[in-house]
Amino acid sequence: MTRFGSLAYYAPRAAVAVVALGLIGVVGSALTRYLNAYVIQVLFFVGCNVILAVSLNLVNGHAGQFSIGHAGFMAIGAYLTAWISVTYGKQWLAPFEDHPAAWVIGCAYLVALMLVGGLGAALGGLVIGLPSLRLRGDYLAIATLGFGEIIKVLLLNIDAVGGARGLTGIPRYSTLGLCLAAAVVTVVLLRNLMGSTHGRALLALREDETAAEAVGIDVASYKTSAFVIGAFFAGVAGCLYAHYLQYINPRGFDFMKSIELVLIVVLGGGNIWGVIVAAVAVTLLPEALRNTDELLAFLPAKWVSWVPDDPRMVIYSALLIGVMLLKARKGRQRDGPPAKGGG
Amino acid sequence: MQQEPSRPRSRVVLHALVASACVLGCALIAAVLGVNPQQLVNGISLGAMYALIALGYTMVYGVLKLINFAHGEIFMVGSFAGLASLTILHLPFAGALIVGMAVAAVSGVIIERFAYRPLRGSPRLAALITAIGVSLLLQNVGVIALGAAPRAYPAAIPADPIPWFENSLSVVVTQQQVVILALTGAILVLLHLIVSRTRIGKAMRAVSQDRQAAELMGINADRVIAFTFALGSAIAGAGGVFYGVYYGTADPLMGLMPGIKAFVAAVLGGIGSIPGAMLGGFLMGFVETGASSVTLRISDEVAISGSTLRDAVAFGVLIIILMVRPTGLLGRTSREKV
Repeated sequence: MTRFGSLAYYAPRAAVAVVALGLIGVVGSALTRYLNAYVIQVLFFVGCNVILAVSLNLVNGHAGQFSIGHAGFMAIGAYLTAWISVTYGKQWLAPFEDHPAAWVIGCAYLVALMLVGGLGAALGGLVIGLPSLRLRGDYLAIATLGFGEIIKVLLLNIDAVGGARGLTGIPRYSTLGLCLAAAVVTVVLLRNLMGSTHGRALLALREDETAAEAVGIDVASYKTSAFVIGAFFAGVAGCLYAHYLQYINPRGFDFMKSIELVLIVVLGGGNIWGVIVAAVAVTLLPEALRNTDELLAFLPAKWVSWVPDDPRMVIYSALLIGVMLLKARKGRQRDGPPAKGGG
Repeated sequence: MQQEPSRPRSRVVLHALVASACVLGCALIAAVLGVNPQQLVNGISLGAMYALIALGYTMVYGVLKLINFAHGEIFMVGSFAGLASLTILHLPFAGALIVGMAVAAVSGVIIERFAYRPLRGSPRLAALITAIGVSLLLQNVGVIALGAAPRAYPAAIPADPIPWFENSLSVVVTQQQVVILALTGAILVLLHLIVSRTRIGKAMRAVSQDRQAAELMGINADRVIAFTFALGSAIAGAGGVFYGVYYGTADPLMGLMPGIKAFVAAVLGGIGSIPGAMLGGFLMGFVETGASSVTLRISDEVAISGSTLRDAVAFGVLIIILMVRPTGLLGRTSREKV
């Protein structure tokens, strides 16, 4: 039996990790070569949303701290790293442009930036984690919403990052491979965290704070750390996002983005795999609905003339309500009528 | 919904004291910062609308523990119903107000019946997501049906300044502002009477205290909840008509920001508390107009204008107040029992 913490314990695991990440990178770059730009972009957003949703799941689903300001952390990561790239990064990387290993350097640079963006967002997570020590439930939710909105408004007013015009000219260092690799790393890390002692402590926090405290769990530090860790990964996703789209605007990180992420976590049911499936589905659904015109084309024009030009968001929201109602009905059939009238 | 207190008189006095202290404090801060008294007048007008929307949030939260995210859209529906009755039916302002309130009330009840009632007993988060879905649906249906462009709202009440205010207090107060404020006051008094003096009001308070116990006492909770939605939505509808008349425009997304702000106001005052929602609404109005009239001069070149940071200031105040009083200004603090 290999001892936990020894070289013999880590070496094979590290090797597996490196090979796996390498494979993801290869798959990612192969996809980049054979797919068109639109599909790549959609896949990229899927990867970003998986990172965001899985990290929000740690805060909302696992630790039970209802946060609706996750997009704010993403914004911190995106803006911090984009600003670094625009003002310094371009000059730093310029000498290596024709270097044979330029892509390795680019990758290393972006990975470093992801860490920087993550740490910046984690600092924001610390700031919002502190009020969470006093607030519960809806009050906490609204405080996090306020925090997200404050970030947005501040970014709208900082001229150095473009203000309301948004930040342009961000170099494209993100690739699909990097994004997918980051998503896999996030999922593995957070899955391991949730299964660990610390993860179970967070779970206890969600189930009953008083009881958790009674069995010796340091509620304050666990609550704060849930926010910090969740924010870190949101910052990483923000960094990837900014360096792919090459343009960011504070309005892209508003309340609706946070709500979309909460939606993913709720649809996923708190289970990490469910959240991943939900993240993929929620990202792909609006894209799939882009082609409603073609779907309706075989029907007589008279029947579908009432269908508006862009029914995407209407269908999306109607589906959202339908899925929630269906889920509730299913839950009732399984569990029988609710014992308590709460709700 | 306010819990029936053991000594109602002293509780009312306490609330009145807290409320007047807050308003006085705001006025004092405003005076120190050198806010134009005109901004206070504007703050009251804006605050009245926030208070009207916040009431619906707080009442629904009281009986259902649900953040009704679609409430801002009900406000929008009420506003458009008022607009239609002003421009198409050529009703007078009072008629438009009644139509707006009625349409908003009906839409609130329909939403409750078909979107929220099936979710009784499922996790609260599920109901919240559904509420967001309803909100998105109404917004997008509105955009498709009415177009995203803002529409002109006729000034059903003349916006002429009243000379008395200009001469004696040197502030511009329009007829609109006076009428809106008077009607808001009337609605608030009426609401207070409904909640405190009628049978259905008593039932509402009972349901918000403990739904199960209320049902055991023979109260039809579903009916009470539907009534609460109707009442809260009608008030929001009135707010929507006022908003349209006051700002002169209406668009399908108009409910979004006022909705969020009013919700913040409800939380600020202590969600579930009706006086809290009124207080929170007026405070939000003051803070916002106050913030937008202040300019912080850091140096000769760098000056932060409050108007651009208005939203950030409003949310910042909220977070600070929640840090000090985690259940809002007039919210009930409950000790957790093991």
